[in-house]
Amino acid sequence: MNRSETTRSFTMATWLGWQVESNWTDPFLFAIYVIIKPLASAAILVVMYSIITGGAYNSPLFPYIYLGNAFYTYVGAVMAGVSWAVIDDREHYKTLKYMYIAPINIPFYWLGRGVSRFLIGTVAVIVILTAGVLFLHVPLDLTQVNWGLFLVSLLLGVTMLAMMGLILASITLMVAHHFFLIGEAVAGALYLFSGAIFPLEVLPAWLRPVGYVMPITYWLELMRRSLIGEVAQAFPTLAQYSNLQLLGILLGLTVVFAVISVFTFRWCDYRARELGLIDRVSNY
Amino acid sequence: MQSNPSLALSASQKVTGWRLFLKTIVARAYPRVIGQQREKSWIFFDIFLPMLGVAAYVYVYRAIGAPEEYVGFVVMGGAMTSFWMNVLWSMSSQLYWEKEQGNLALYIIAPNSMMAILLGMAVGGLFATALRAAVIIVVGSLMFNVTYSVASFTQLLLVFFLAMTALYGMGMMSASLFLLLSREAWHLSNLAQEPIYLVSGFYFPIKSLNFWVAAAASIIPLTLGLDAMRQLIFPSGALLGFLSVEVEIAVLIVLCVLFLTAAKFLLDYMEKLAIREGRLTESRR
Repeated sequence: MNRSETTRSFTMATWLGWQVESNWTDPFLFAIYVIIKPLASAAILVVMYSIITGGAYNSPLFPYIYLGNAFYTYVGAVMAGVSWAVIDDREHYKTLKYMYIAPINIPFYWLGRGVSRFLIGTVAVIVILTAGVLFLHVPLDLTQVNWGLFLVSLLLGVTMLAMMGLILASITLMVAHHFFLIGEAVAGALYLFSGAIFPLEVLPAWLRPVGYVMPITYWLELMRRSLIGEVAQAFPTLAQYSNLQLLGILLGLTVVFAVISVFTFRWCDYRARELGLIDRVSNY
Repeated sequence: MQSNPSLALSASQKVTGWRLFLKTIVARAYPRVIGQQREKSWIFFDIFLPMLGVAAYVYVYRAIGAPEEYVGFVVMGGAMTSFWMNVLWSMSSQLYWEKEQGNLALYIIAPNSMMAILLGMAVGGLFATALRAAVIIVVGSLMFNVTYSVASFTQLLLVFFLAMTALYGMGMMSASLFLLLSREAWHLSNLAQEPIYLVSGFYFPIKSLNFWVAAAASIIPLTLGLDAMRQLIFPSGALLGFLSVEVEIAVLIVLCVLFLTAAKFLLDYMEKLAIREGRLTESRR
C-alpha cells in the first residue's frame, strides 16, 4: 500500500468533510446547530427521569443513563459520518465516480470523511457532560478521572466505530438512497441493545446476548468506569470483568470488525463495479 | 407537420377547473403510496427501526420504575414520530428536493395548481405514514402489553383528523419557505427532530414542561394532538393532560385554518419570488 496515498486520502477527506459539514452557514449558527440536537436528545432522557423519580439525580442510575447517552453521540456521528459519504458523493454531489478514478485510497477517504462528524460529536459530548456536571449533579470529578483508561478506551472505541462505519459504507455502495441515513438508522437500533441508557438486565433474558456481542456495550462500560469508576461498578451487567479484561474484549472485537470491514469492502466494491453501481443515482 | 391524434386531447376530454385540481392531487398522491410499497426495504426501516427506538425508551421507563401508562405514552409518541418525520422530510423539504432533481420547473410549467401538488403530497404521505404508525401502535401495544380505555371515539377521531390536517398544512406552508433554501434545508430538517421530540412531549406528558414552554410548543399541531389523544385513550391521561380536550380541539381548529391559509399565500409569494430571483432551477450544492 502506498503510504503517502493513504495519508493524503485521509487528510484531504478530513478537510473536505469539514467543509461539507460546516460551510453551509455562518460559524455562530453552525455552533448552535452542533450542540442543540444532542442536548435535546439528552434533555428528553433527563425530563423522563425527573418526572418519574422526582429529580433524584444522586441515584447511580442517573449518571449511568446520562453518560451512556452522552458517549453514544459518537456512535451515530462516526458510523453515519463514514457511511453517509458514499451517498453524499454518489447521489448528491455525483462525484463518487471521480473519486474512484482519482489516485486515492477509497476506504481511507471514507474514514477521513467521518473525522468531521467525530469532531462535531466531540464538541457535543463536551457540552452535554459540562451541562450534566453544572446543572444535574453528575458526579464527574476531573481529578478522580482515570485518564489513561479514558484515552485508551476512547481511541479503541472510535476505531471500532470507524470500522463499523466502513462496513456500513461498503454495504451502502450496494443499496439505493433512502431518505434516512443508514449509519444513524443502525446506531438507533444498537441504542437498544448496548446498555447505553439502561442496564442490560432490564432487557428480556433472550435479548441480552445481543448486547453482549456488541463491542459498544463494553466500550460504554469502560468510558463510565474511567470517568466515575465506583458509580459505574454499582451495576451487575459487566461487574465480573476487570478494566483490563474489558479492554481486551474491546480490542478483540475491534480487530474482528476491522477484518470484517476489509472483506466487506472488497466484496461490495467488486459487486458495485460489476453491477455498475458506482455512479448510480436512485433519486429517492 | 401533423400532430398525432392519439396524443391530442379533444376539448371535451380536457380536464380543467376543480376536476384538474382533484386529478392533480390523486396523481401526486399516487407515487407517495405506491412508490413506498415498491421499495420493500422501506417497510423494514420505517417500522422496525422506530420500534427499536420506542423499545429503548420503554426500557428506560421500566429501569426507573415508571407507572405502566408511561409505556403507552411512549408507544403513542413513537407512532406519531412517523408523521413528524414524514412532514419534515417528505413535505417541508420536498420542493427543495424537487428543485435539486430538476422536477420543480416541470411542476411550475405544467397547467395545474401547485397547491394541488402539495395537497397530493400531503394526502399520499398521510395515508402511507398512517399505515406505518398503525403497525407501530399494534406491535408496540402487543409487545409491551399496553391497554387502552377510550373515553370518546368521536373526539379521538376528531382530534386525529384535526391534528393531521394542521400538521400537513404546516408541512405545506414550510415547503414554500424551504423553496428558497439550498443545503440549509437538509440541515434544518435534521435539526428539527430531537428538539421537537423534546418540546412536543413525544415521550412524556407535555404538562411536565414549564407552562410557557408547552404553550409555545403548541404551535406544532402534534403537541396538542398527542396530548389530547393520550387524554382520550389512557385512564390516567386526563390527569396528565396539558389543557382540556375541548380547548385543545379548539386550538387545533385554529391551527388548521392558520396553516392552510398561510400555505396558500406563502406558496404564491415564494413562487413569484423564486421566479423573480431565478432560483427555481438553481442547485447550490
